[in-house]
Amino acid sequence: MATVFQATEIVKAYGDHHALDGVSIEVQRGELFGLLGPNGAGKTTLVKIGCGLVRPTSGQILIRGHGPRSIHARRAIGYLAELFRFPGWLRADEVLGLHQQLAGSNGGAAERAELLDLVGLDYASTRRVEKMSKGMQQRLGIAQALIGTPDLLLLDEPTSALDPAARHTIRRLLEGLRDRGVTVLLNSHLLSEVELVCDRVAILLDGRVVTEGTPDELIGGSGVEIVTDEGTTSYPEARPADVPGIVASLVADGRSIYEVRPTKRTLEQVYLEAVGGRMG
Amino acid sequence: MTFVVARHVVLECVRRRVFLVVPIATVLFLGLYWFGTDRVFDQTTSFGVSVDPTVVTGATMLGLSMFGTFFLGAILATFLTFTVVRGDAEQGLLQPLIVRPLGRSAFVAGRFVGAAAVGVGYSLALFLTCVAITGATGGWWPDRIAEPALQLAGAVVFVTAASLFGSVFLATVANGIAVLMLVGAGLVAGFLGQIGDALGSDTLVSVGRVASALLPFEALYQAALRSLTADLSGPEGFIVRLGPFGGGADASAGLYFWLAAYFILLAAGTVAAFARRDV
Repeated sequence: MATVFQATEIVKAYGDHHALDGVSIEVQRGELFGLLGPNGAGKTTLVKIGCGLVRPTSGQILIRGHGPRSIHARRAIGYLAELFRFPGWLRADEVLGLHQQLAGSNGGAAERAELLDLVGLDYASTRRVEKMSKGMQQRLGIAQALIGTPDLLLLDEPTSALDPAARHTIRRLLEGLRDRGVTVLLNSHLLSEVELVCDRVAILLDGRVVTEGTPDELIGGSGVEIVTDEGTTSYPEARPADVPGIVASLVADGRSIYEVRPTKRTLEQVYLEAVGGRMG
Repeated sequence: MTFVVARHVVLECVRRRVFLVVPIATVLFLGLYWFGTDRVFDQTTSFGVSVDPTVVTGATMLGLSMFGTFFLGAILATFLTFTVVRGDAEQGLLQPLIVRPLGRSAFVAGRFVGAAAVGVGYSLALFLTCVAITGATGGWWPDRIAEPALQLAGAVVFVTAASLFGSVFLATVANGIAVLMLVGAGLVAGFLGQIGDALGSDTLVSVGRVASALLPFEALYQAALRSLTADLSGPEGFIVRLGPFGGGADASAGLYFWLAAYFILLAAGTVAAFARRDV
């Protein structure tokens, strides 16, 4: 599988403070990769270095083998910033038109209409940005990032201003993009969202990757809880094959078994363990 | 790509409601200028000496209008550019644009071309309207029109470039204040030079020359003032050049070389600093 986004030992220092301290990750073609971490962990800085807005102190990021500021990388990228604005005097369709021109897209009106439809803004194509809600602007931002069918999408908190229905729409959209071979690097605070859509996840803390893997790998094996006449006992490390033995042992000890139920950790638990309960 | 960005700037001027203040202020300025010029021509019938009052009044009033035109043009140019890099980056307007394939230098060039086109167009239109008002109300027309108009427009272009340069380093308010203070300081230094010239003060003349070298828009403004009355001779020419709106200083070939070098340095500095800036 081809590596689309490759960060190698990225360090970004602001004076004595290291926003990133040796981050290395690789994202393969068609992969949906989630970046998690508390505020200030370095997620946004990493994405900004990835699209050439910020220069690393050391290390390098390659987009399909090219530096982030190269014309090749720029043509491959679609980017949605965490904090962004479009000029309030532009209409939704004009925002996309401007970005089509800047991206060199020849999709024309058909592409603009398709993207607005994709993010549920087909009814607002002539509405000025200043007349849009924050959620509408967020969706317009996602449509803007998709201009020119980029190979790599860098999305920094794309659903932060969206209601649950719109989040669901964007999740479906991301999954559809992945199916089309688009690579997505997703920064998000919404752990459930990341758990639902991402193929792999990295958790950043203080500018370092503290853990990385597929959601299933991070969550680990299932445990069981067994309810007996003496109460509920948890066996978090138990695998399915261990359960008959545990039950037999309890029965041999004279316990009455009322219920055996599987338990599973959530990504939120994994996250909290990884960051030590740190809040941004 | 540069053209796309430049056209976006021009469109912004047409569409943003905040720019409604420009035509309103312009109409007010022109109305006042018309009224004042008409009154002054009516009331200045003779100086009691063998001086043509129409020439002195017309040249002085048009010189005054040039001051107003430059000031308004400089404000417009500043407001079109003072947020371009740091200010727009802080608001999140810049990032979606410069990650596109056009690149930073093409982006900043586009912003400059767009803002300069608007500033130049506005200044030329305003100056030519003032020329027409002066001619219509008092019957006086300057011997040269194109030369001072272009020099004035050049001064606005330099303010545009300076504001763009400042936007790389300074936040919005700080850059706006800095550029307008520089414009004000340049104009005052130019007046001091003219006063020094009239009074024979070498020190004040030097102040004016140094200010013109450091702030080239001031040199171009002074050149435009001089061009306006360059062909006036006799007592009228002498009297007009004594006043603050009729003096000015000739633009030599050396000045134009300096202006070209200065502009290249300013443009290169802006592009280089923007290329290194994290946004």
